Amino acid sequence: MQDTLLTIVLAPLIGAIIAGLLPVSRRIAHSVTIGAVGLAFFLSAYVFYQIIFAGHAIYNETLYTWLVAGNVRLEVGFMIDSLTAVMMLVVTFVSWMVHIYTIGYMHDDPGYNRFFSYISLFTFSMLMLVMSNNFVQLFFGWEAVGLVSYLLIGFWYTRDTAIYANLKAFLVNRVGDFGFALGIAAVLMAFNSLNYGEVFGLAQAGEYKQTISIFAGHEWSMITVMCILLFVGAMGKSAQFPLHVWLPDSMEGPTPISALIHAATMVTAGIFMVARMSPLFELSTTALSFVMVVGAITAFFMGLLGLVQHDIKRVVAYSTLSQLGYMTVALGASAYTAGIFHLMTHAFFKALLFLGAGSVIIAMHHEQDMRKMGGLKKYMPITYWTMLIGSLALIGVPGMSGFFSKDAIIEAVHHAYDADRAGAWFAYYSVLFGVFITALYTFRMFFLTFHGKERMDEHTKEHLHETPWVVTGPLIALAIPSIFIGMFTIGPMLFGGYFSDSIFVAAAHNPFDPEHYHGFISFMLHGLIQPPVWLAAAGVGVAYFLYMKRPELPEIIAKRSGIVYKILVEKYYFDRFNDWFFAGGTRKVGTFMWQFGDVRFIDGFINGMADLIDWFAGVFRKVQTGFLYHYAFAMLIGLAVMLGAFVY
Amino acid sequence: MTIANLNIAWLLPEILILTMACVILVIDAYLPKQLRNLTYHLTQGTLLGAALLIIAANPMQPILAMNDMVIIDAMSVVLKLFIVLIVFFTFIYSREYLQDRKIFKGEYFVLGLFATLGMLIMVSAHNLLMVFLGLELLSLSLYAMIAMNRDSKVATEAAMKYFVLGALASGMLLYGMSMLYGITATLDLTKLSQSVSEISNDRIVISSVNQLISETEEVELAIKNVEKHVTTITNSPIATKIAEIIEANIETDAMVIIKPMLASSSQNYTILVFGLVFIVIGVAFKLGAVPFHSWIPDVYHGSPTSMTLFVASAPKIAAFAMVIRMLVDGMQTLHTDWQGMLILLSILSIIVGNIIAIAQQNIKRMLAYSTIAHVGYLLLGIIAANADGYAASMFYVVVYTIMTLGAFGMIILLSRTGFEADKIEDFKGLNERNPWYAMIMLIIMLSMAGVPPMVGFWAKWAVLAQVINAGFVWLAVLAVLFAVIGAFYYLRIVKLMYFDKPTSLVPIEAGVDMRFALSANALIVLLLGLMPNTLMAICLGAWGISV
Repeated sequence: MQDTLLTIVLAPLIGAIIAGLLPVSRRIAHSVTIGAVGLAFFLSAYVFYQIIFAGHAIYNETLYTWLVAGNVRLEVGFMIDSLTAVMMLVVTFVSWMVHIYTIGYMHDDPGYNRFFSYISLFTFSMLMLVMSNNFVQLFFGWEAVGLVSYLLIGFWYTRDTAIYANLKAFLVNRVGDFGFALGIAAVLMAFNSLNYGEVFGLAQAGEYKQTISIFAGHEWSMITVMCILLFVGAMGKSAQFPLHVWLPDSMEGPTPISALIHAATMVTAGIFMVARMSPLFELSTTALSFVMVVGAITAFFMGLLGLVQHDIKRVVAYSTLSQLGYMTVALGASAYTAGIFHLMTHAFFKALLFLGAGSVIIAMHHEQDMRKMGGLKKYMPITYWTMLIGSLALIGVPGMSGFFSKDAIIEAVHHAYDADRAGAWFAYYSVLFGVFITALYTFRMFFLTFHGKERMDEHTKEHLHETPWVVTGPLIALAIPSIFIGMFTIGPMLFGGYFSDSIFVAAAHNPFDPEHYHGFISFMLHGLIQPPVWLAAAGVGVAYFLYMKRPELPEIIAKRSGIVYKILVEKYYFDRFNDWFFAGGTRKVGTFMWQFGDVRFIDGFINGMADLIDWFAGVFRKVQTGFLYHYAFAMLIGLAVMLGAFVY
Repeated sequence: MTIANLNIAWLLPEILILTMACVILVIDAYLPKQLRNLTYHLTQGTLLGAALLIIAANPMQPILAMNDMVIIDAMSVVLKLFIVLIVFFTFIYSREYLQDRKIFKGEYFVLGLFATLGMLIMVSAHNLLMVFLGLELLSLSLYAMIAMNRDSKVATEAAMKYFVLGALASGMLLYGMSMLYGITATLDLTKLSQSVSEISNDRIVISSVNQLISETEEVELAIKNVEKHVTTITNSPIATKIAEIIEANIETDAMVIIKPMLASSSQNYTILVFGLVFIVIGVAFKLGAVPFHSWIPDVYHGSPTSMTLFVASAPKIAAFAMVIRMLVDGMQTLHTDWQGMLILLSILSIIVGNIIAIAQQNIKRMLAYSTIAHVGYLLLGIIAANADGYAASMFYVVVYTIMTLGAFGMIILLSRTGFEADKIEDFKGLNERNPWYAMIMLIIMLSMAGVPPMVGFWAKWAVLAQVINAGFVWLAVLAVLFAVIGAFYYLRIVKLMYFDKPTSLVPIEAGVDMRFALSANALIVLLLGLMPNTLMAICLGAWGISV
């Protein structure tokens, strides 16, 4: 087992090193990395089989002790249980598909090898993150994926917008990571250990420091403070309100990156982390409510923004934000399993949508504005059908994978609403109406792109054709699980105790009662009489009416709605505010520090010291006269002083 | 005395070097000029052979050989190995430099081998005579080596200064040894150590007896008290003697005999410390601690760079061994006395070395003052006066020689015929001329300044940790403050290399062996910094501390 796990982790790393640091040809670069990630995928599938079906015990070993300082041990180790096995499978599969797709997408790019090196490095980092058995390695993976994300958003580093976007992503994530690091510190403070097994054991036994005094005299619940801090980390990485601002801009990176990192895997690290920490979060309903409300805000309000975007990738990006909100709501409602379930289905259909959008972009010669598309259906049939599958999965048409996971989340929030959890009513209505919004923006994008008038220029039109197999192949490979994976896994994942070894839910919080589950067909039939399906249908209907039947209407509505439309276009003024308050404010403080602190204080005081030492040096060096007798004399004086000081 | 007692097999490395030095001297005399490289290869082969023999002759516990004149223990094996390897690298760096300047002569290598032999003897010495002989063999070879370029005025001046001051220091050392011999009547380090500890025990007894006598007016009562006291003491000869005298004589007679005996015996200790001062000065000169450092800047500056490299690197390890042999093996009991002397030397070296280095324009001179500062840090570990401290110092000296080797190696690399590259500004814009060499210099400079993750950081950390453990927090604070000041002149080189425009664009040329060795040298500095545990474990192991 150990060798297999090491191979899974190290193969992508070695691939990244070969493609990135050695002077190899393009062909070797992509063969090596694809081979390495493919190997990781097959071994992950084997591990998945071992853990899930062959009944292999949970693997939890420390492989290497990096550093011991007092009672803090910094280690490298793996913990493989059902949760990890699912994540490994998702990460390696999507990554593998993206690797193959990249051959087509980046075909003409001069940074071809660099790109393959980065995405392989990403796969390594993400695997380190999910396979960790301790908080330090988790943090390592967390930061490493952040770094690769930064590098890849700014992949086309000559573009100003790309540099702006990657800096923004990096800085916003720093805010989240600061909270995360504090959260890990709180874990260490409360439990005196950083190992998952030990921490969770102590948490269940209740043997930890119960309170913390942040301001003198006020005792806070340790576990609540810890969980909220950890969740702040998740808010940064999984782009939750108000740290969501970096994700739409991250679309400046190449499309495969949007699919791999900013939709399917890295942004779900926060969801994974909270699910992994379920034994801690379950101890604090306050923290859970906080998680739920933040998720609900993200799910509803970010979905709205998708309605006014013209860039095809940005629509998918806002959709990702909204869906991440759904996952977060699920976590807050103690439905960790539903969160992970949605994470998995979303990974497939969102990667599909992104890669489909990428396929369109390739065909359109890197034009991303939907106002210049339309009627692409007849030119690109494979892309069209796979995108349709992705869209249907996203809006939750019964039978598609997205239906099961999204419905499960809404059910879970309903359960929390019934249980009168704080903030649950707000979350319930947000996710419910979110369904309508989702359907509306998804099919707006779909109709604008593939149906209606052909609005592109003549030159582009002449060259329109379906993209090569390295692009369409992954689309088809992702479309299949986008349809089927939901119906086959909902039973074991949500109701069958699949995650019982890794996710802990307090009995009173558990929204999924196996006794009420009678197979996925009855779940589907039950879904048909629930509001979400009808809200989704309404969304599609409205989109059809507005963009197919009466294409002139949207513009009129936009004009009439005035201020509301403006707020949406300006993304609730978050970017403006951040630029003015944080960026501008920091610069002002910096200028003040420079003018006052640096120029006046440091240059005065420190340079004064330096000048003084320089002066001393100038004087002292004269002692070295070059005359032999001076030297001998110095020795004799030294002798006399030492005799005087130590003998008498 | 039998042949078996000589334990000759343990001295094979030294014997090999001695034999080969003589053989090479003869061969070289008959070699035509174009075959001079043979001398070089023979020398390097000898050093490698010696290294193998040193590893092979690694004893489980200390072995005495040559009728107790030399000792082979874990420390000597480690230090000898490093000495031989450092000299090996020195010769690699020197070859082209010497050829370019038409001083590629067999004498350089032969003298180098003799100097190496001297160093090995110093490391293994178990007798004050051997310490002195090793030191003189090393020093005389070095004087001649520096003066080898006899047409160069600065080089001869440097050699002359080194020789005169060295003679003065040797005289002092010898004087100190004679003092010790006068008191203890032995030159053997084990016996010396026993003698010294007896004398210091006597001193304690004497002061307590004196106190007992002065407490009471009545002679009889005083003698009774003394008798009661001395019979409880077993480890002091003077206590036994007093007990005998009291037994044999009546009280008043005993008092008459004891009093002058106490007075004369108490002088022994004073004379011992008097001798100790001279010995400390002897080693301080060899290490180059202030105020016995004056030769270092002039010699480093004046000698051809390859000679400077030789003088600056391996002999420091030997000097460290000399300190350990004499102060620790011979006079550990006197540590309260030599601690004070070393603290004085260490503080002065750290202050003077770091401050004057700032004012230097010549990089060889700058490195000379940096050496002086490093010696100050090196002494910190010895000041701790326990095995952990000695191990830390040992780590420091090994690391220091590796860094120095690289630094002077870089100067040699940049120099060419007619251009010595010994001005600090010669490093301007090195990054533009050759980024790899700039990185090598960067690693070495950062390491010397003690920036993690270079090994220099761990070396400083180790000695500082030990000196704090020994209770000298103020000394550690002072050392760190001056390390900050010292960082300036190392970082200035970095700044010149990376942020200034080059003044000349002549390509840097060097042989494969040189380039490879220098790169390896810098990478070792980096690698040891990332994984300091192995070397640390070796140094601790040499002091019998297992990790």
